[in-house]
Amino acid sequence: MSNRYSFGGDEHLFVECDESMSLEAFFKSLSMTSAVRESRIAGVTEICPANASFQIKFDPDVIKPDDLLRELTAIEGAAEKTEPVIKTRIIEIPVFYQDPWTYETLMRFRERHQDPKATDLEYAAQVNGLSGVDAFIAAHSGAPWFVSMVGFVAGLPFLYQMVDRPRQLQVPKYLRPRTDTPKLTIGHGGCFSCIYSVRGAGGYQMFGITPMPIFDPEQKISYLRDFMVFFRPGDIVKFKPIGRDDYDRAVEDVVAGTFAPTIRGVTFDLREFQKDIDGCNARLEGALDDR
Amino acid sequence: MTVKVLNPGLSTTVQDLGRPGYFHLGIPIGGAMDRLALRAANLLVGNDEGAAGLEAVFIGPELEFTQDAVIAVTGAEMPIKIDGAERPSWTALRIKGGQILSFGYLQKGARIYVAISGGLDVPLALGSRSTYPIGALGGYKGRAIAKFDELPVGTVAFAGEGRTIPERLRRRPAMPAELRVLPGLYWHRVVEESQQGFFDDPWKVAPEADRMGYRFRGGRPLKFVEREQPFGAGSDPSNIVDACYPYGSIQVPGGTEPIILHRDAVSGGGYFMLGTVISADMDLIGQLQPNTPTRFVEVDMQQALAARRDRQGVMQSIRDILV
Repeated sequence: MSNRYSFGGDEHLFVECDESMSLEAFFKSLSMTSAVRESRIAGVTEICPANASFQIKFDPDVIKPDDLLRELTAIEGAAEKTEPVIKTRIIEIPVFYQDPWTYETLMRFRERHQDPKATDLEYAAQVNGLSGVDAFIAAHSGAPWFVSMVGFVAGLPFLYQMVDRPRQLQVPKYLRPRTDTPKLTIGHGGCFSCIYSVRGAGGYQMFGITPMPIFDPEQKISYLRDFMVFFRPGDIVKFKPIGRDDYDRAVEDVVAGTFAPTIRGVTFDLREFQKDIDGCNARLEGALDDR
Repeated sequence: MTVKVLNPGLSTTVQDLGRPGYFHLGIPIGGAMDRLALRAANLLVGNDEGAAGLEAVFIGPELEFTQDAVIAVTGAEMPIKIDGAERPSWTALRIKGGQILSFGYLQKGARIYVAISGGLDVPLALGSRSTYPIGALGGYKGRAIAKFDELPVGTVAFAGEGRTIPERLRRRPAMPAELRVLPGLYWHRVVEESQQGFFDDPWKVAPEADRMGYRFRGGRPLKFVEREQPFGAGSDPSNIVDACYPYGSIQVPGGTEPIILHRDAVSGGGYFMLGTVISADMDLIGQLQPNTPTRFVEVDMQQALAARRDRQGVMQSIRDILV
């Protein structure tokens, strides 16, 4: 697959690695954005990786658009030869599925939903051909997810499920977006899950909530003192279902400043994953048990 | 010194020239929507161009000064009053401790910029004082100003009062407003007839127009080139695999109402974009009121860069007068 380049006005260059989402397209975006960062092209002011594409913001007073385009196409050839291996981290995210707060919110916006008589989880289970909510939660929390993009609003991770395509959970977005979503809601739209970093509008289906803050503009949360945004593209996430008691305890720990997310360093090799998905995932998840 | 907020106006925020460098994490650049207006106001009062001032939309605030200062108000046309007496816009004005700055009804444009000698001295957040309310970041406590707030002001040597920026250097939207657009991004997703229609049709600014984005109504719905939707893109023909959004990019959810993303843009999402408003016209969007008739004008990259140089020339003329 070769990239498609297009200018976004006179200050942005948009690069589409593939029209479709895949881990291969995401890795191409990741390796190209790393290569662009390393090449330190004068006039490049921002490098924004996305799921299967990326965007460069540039200052046309410093570099001519056509010169930037030439630099990028030169990098494309080199990036394709890069080994698809990254050193990253796996993070366990506790999730209180079917929590009362997203339930209250989804009931308020029922008329904007495809199936006003079902909850978001019941609908998601049904459109994925699963027997019910429990089976859906098992599928959602049963395999890890790649952070394939951070954005929309401050610190929100888009998550791409690390299973083969037939097993990937797909749920349409709401018919019309909601004007409200609780902070730290676990959402899902198309093939992507996400964690809403702040309260606000949203169109993704709502499955549950995590007690773990992922954006803190005041930088008071212990693990957000160095930087206010938790996630980076390339992070791996494993959801862990928890109940009300564990949720309340975790919230108390967050308030007390004693909550520590489980994070382990791992290496991910796309070729190993393509050869044996379940084996690769088991190895990654195994790192979490090493405590 | 501080400035006391007697009445905040509709949505008045502290803004400077923004915080570049964090869009890849979803934190937008922010800053004044009409940057030239903020730069000019700052230069008039003797500040650096990028000092923090107030941006007020549609309705001006009412502010009490605790000490003497020099102020300037630029941007939209809105009568300026000091203790009730009308004063000129785009001009350095002396205000004494105890006096009250207030505003009359908006006449033209949408946003005024109030610069105060010394600049608003709220804490820096990621290198900027701009307010990003969705992230509760920057500005005064991460939000629009409210009644009884006391805004801290820095110190600076007073600039002379009375300096002014001539009419010819103040930009006003034409009628209809014209926004120049470089087609691109997912332009190929709409059929040729719709590409033409987008530029031919008359549009109007919708009521949903804020610092995140400006929505437009009135043109014909777009028709899409038929295709099987790519995996992960979602089922609507206007959907794409979630991608980054450029500032100024024009998305058209469902093919009906174009939305131009502005300084507080969401950084990405799943709607196709048909092109991008050029950098030279971004300031102008910040001065459009709801219901303003608007046309989109197609340009190529050379024209976009020429327009950019024109605007830089205007800014340089302002500097030449004031610095």
